[in-house]
Amino acid sequence: MQRDTPSGQRPKDVYFFATCLVDLFCPEAGMDAITLIEREGVTVHFPENQTCCGQPAYTSGYADEARAVALAQMRLFENDWPVVVPSGSCAGMMRHHYPKLFAEDPILKAKAEALAERVFELSEFLLNVLKVQWKDSGKPATVTLHTSCAARREMGTHVHARALLAQLPGVNVVTQSHEAECCGFGGTFSLKHPSISSAMAGDKADALKETGAEAFISADCGCMLNINHTLQKRGDAFQGKHLATFLCERLAAKGEKA
Amino acid sequence: MSAHENSQPLKFIPASEFKQRTSEAVSDELLRKSFRGAMDFLMAKRATQFPDPVALEAQRGLAEHIRKYSLAHLPDLLEQLERNLTANGIQVHWAENAEQANAIIVGIAQKHSAKLMVKGKSMVSEETELNHAMEAVGIEALESDMGEYIVQLDGEKPSHIIMPAIHKTKQQIAKLFAEKVPGASYTESVDELIGIGRAVLREKFMTAEIGLSGVNFAVAETGTLCLVENEGNGRMCTTVPKVHVAITGIEKIVEKLEHVPPLFGLLTRSATGQAVTTYFNMISRPRQPGEKDGPQEVHLVLLDNGRTQAYNDEQMRSTLQCIRCGACMNHCPVYTRVGGHAYGTTYPGPIGEIISPHMMGLAATHALPTASSLCGACSEVCPVKIPIPDLLIRLRGEASHDARPGHAPLVGQGAAKSALMDIVWAGWAALYTRPALYRAFGWLATRFRFLTPPMQSGWTYSRTPLKPAARSLRDLLAERKRK
Amino acid sequence: MTSTARNNILQRLRSAPQGKPPLAPDVHGFYATARNAAPAEDRAARIERFCEKMAFWRGEVVRVTHSNWAESLRALCVAKNVNSLLYGAQTAQAAALEAAGINGLKPYDRPVDDWKPELFRDTDAGFTSTRGGITETGTLILWPDEKEPRLMSLVPPIHFALLDASQLYDNFFDAMTGQGWSGDEASAGISKMPTNALLISGPSKTADIQVTLAYGAHGPKELVILLVVNEEEL
Repeated sequence: MQRDTPSGQRPKDVYFFATCLVDLFCPEAGMDAITLIEREGVTVHFPENQTCCGQPAYTSGYADEARAVALAQMRLFENDWPVVVPSGSCAGMMRHHYPKLFAEDPILKAKAEALAERVFELSEFLLNVLKVQWKDSGKPATVTLHTSCAARREMGTHVHARALLAQLPGVNVVTQSHEAECCGFGGTFSLKHPSISSAMAGDKADALKETGAEAFISADCGCMLNINHTLQKRGDAFQGKHLATFLCERLAAKGEKA
Repeated sequence: MSAHENSQPLKFIPASEFKQRTSEAVSDELLRKSFRGAMDFLMAKRATQFPDPVALEAQRGLAEHIRKYSLAHLPDLLEQLERNLTANGIQVHWAENAEQANAIIVGIAQKHSAKLMVKGKSMVSEETELNHAMEAVGIEALESDMGEYIVQLDGEKPSHIIMPAIHKTKQQIAKLFAEKVPGASYTESVDELIGIGRAVLREKFMTAEIGLSGVNFAVAETGTLCLVENEGNGRMCTTVPKVHVAITGIEKIVEKLEHVPPLFGLLTRSATGQAVTTYFNMISRPRQPGEKDGPQEVHLVLLDNGRTQAYNDEQMRSTLQCIRCGACMNHCPVYTRVGGHAYGTTYPGPIGEIISPHMMGLAATHALPTASSLCGACSEVCPVKIPIPDLLIRLRGEASHDARPGHAPLVGQGAAKSALMDIVWAGWAALYTRPALYRAFGWLATRFRFLTPPMQSGWTYSRTPLKPAARSLRDLLAERKRK
Repeated sequence: MTSTARNNILQRLRSAPQGKPPLAPDVHGFYATARNAAPAEDRAARIERFCEKMAFWRGEVVRVTHSNWAESLRALCVAKNVNSLLYGAQTAQAAALEAAGINGLKPYDRPVDDWKPELFRDTDAGFTSTRGGITETGTLILWPDEKEPRLMSLVPPIHFALLDASQLYDNFFDAMTGQGWSGDEASAGISKMPTNALLISGPSKTADIQVTLAYGAHGPKELVILLVVNEEEL
């Protein structure tokens, strides 16, 4: 899954779609994602009126409500710039499910398809569009990677994130057992079926911890909150970090522009 | 009044009971370990069969195409199959629901004054609960697949469509045999346990008047019923008794014999990671003059039981592409945690979540489509590319809403409708379509984060409470701008 | 009941919305592409691969020739302590079998209904011919008939099968098209499918107890293939 912008040109401007979870629960990760893009000399535009991609209603079977919210987002990206999303599942929603959501309306469907073409998950955008070349400035570290299911299966994020981390010689990435297995978040699934969801989250936390890594890295806020709060409840200090935050730390790029 | 009278609930499973069963299941350590071990084994075995992802995609593409093509021509193919089977001397019966199917089979058995029916593996006969119907008229229905035999001995149902006794340890089976099989002594040797089953069942094959089987593929152009198996009990059931009754869902049909190899190759590789099973049995006729064995009568029962409801919608029709390999359950993180029995349906796991609502109605099954994190592992391995997560979402919608205008209601349409949830989602949409309101909400949520409730429904079951950050991303960006 | 059911089912299917139906799948093209992508195998490689795959299923392959197979079978029967060997007395192989001096040759010459207990309890092995083999999966093709009934390859604990190495096909598709199973234009599309056609890959097995493999679940515990090759291929 290697995509570039529709024009194939390196963009000067991008839209940043933060997602509701990043906005309210992981704002630092959002800031770090923006920093990573800006240090490549790209201007980041944050449409003030953005809210949520609509995924929670969509996956709960409330298509009309999801459509209304999706439509409100689709209106935000007037210019032909890429839309960068620091979350695989939200990017997947906009890229793969918006066109389905508007399948019965030819005009909106065409609009959704055009938008889908320029929606990028953050790591995909850094790797394939900006083609970043990084110098690692951190101490040797061992981490493990957890990729959300939507990111993995809809956006190929496990490949992109791995490729980005591979640019950092000081970072040793170890693989968890059952790597491709879901962490049990699944949006409203975690609320509707807490016992199953908790069993999955617990197993995922175990698998990540058993790698002996000092932290786990994830490009999805939902999974990260799920696993981190599970670990916290156990009183475990082992925690996950958003990929953008980890990369910023390695590049000593906090708040700096290249 | 249901839209489809063929779809009657077989067994009512309240949503609340499903939840209770699953929470019991996840806290059963032994069960969790059994399933995890077995599913890991099956996943690894499947993976060795598909070393080349490009080749696999080509095979899946072809298999999906064959299934879609077959479904697009389903009514014609059913008639063609019936014509050719009849010409070959096989009697064809049609059943709209489980009751009709059972009545047909009971009728055949009674005509032959049968006392014993031996059964090869047939999930469709589980679906109709045929064994109960046979027993009700005093005919013993004996499962002969080793796994099915084991679960039947213990008064259970299969917990997996391919490996019915996967939830049991060999110690449990050893104990079961020692208690229930006359003359069997306790042994944990798998070879000896299988030997015990073999000895018992061989005697039964000899005496049974009727053999029952499922069908993996029915070939319309040749009038052929194909059966896939490793043990040989399927061949026994379809060859030794004087009557063979096959039962299948109406969707298990292909037009041409040449459509079988691609599906068969994917079926066994996806199911158990075998390139082929020990036996592939193609039956086209009853015993012909001069032939010395094989049944004198062969019957096929074609069962609807809700399949036409799925067929009636172009998206949900893809449910019927299924060739019952079980790969979706082997790869499902939910199935791995709760096991097959927790679902309370004939077909557990992802395929069960999308097919059971058509068979049993949404009133009984609306909780099933919600028991998924939509991780997509199922559709990733599905050999016929059924978009299972999309269908789960669709069924969630159908369960919580009335039928859309111009669409026939499903059985149990709107069974999970909730005024409260409608208000929640309407409120959610109102908030997220009004940026100013959302910003105000974000401002309040961050500034008053100390008011976040410590108990947050299912979330805090095993997690610390979620708390908004002190400042939202837009606050941080505004701050940065000011600097 | 069943005709009402039939009409209702067909009526529901016919009234369902239909988009554009997909074109007929090109199965021939698919296998042709696969064939062209893989290097062609010569006879020796094909035989080798068949033996390897069959061994994987625990099928025992013994290379024999047109002239010595019956003698090899006799020796195998002695080695395996076979005291009764079921065979088809009207088959092309009967004469050679009868001439080989095999102990306890037993013809399958009456309907099974007349002698089930003896077949199930007192028959050590069965001998059948085959219609060919499949190298990709290590598989035998059998078309039982009145001369070689169906249960010969199922009920006795040992199954001996005679396979001519010149009848090896690459895969199932090639076998069924190569042998014209589903009929062709010339035969007006009339199916040639027999009462029962079988693919057999190894002895009967099960993994139903704790995914542990066990052989001889219901059918033969041993499958022995007498693979007929040329003198120099032995």
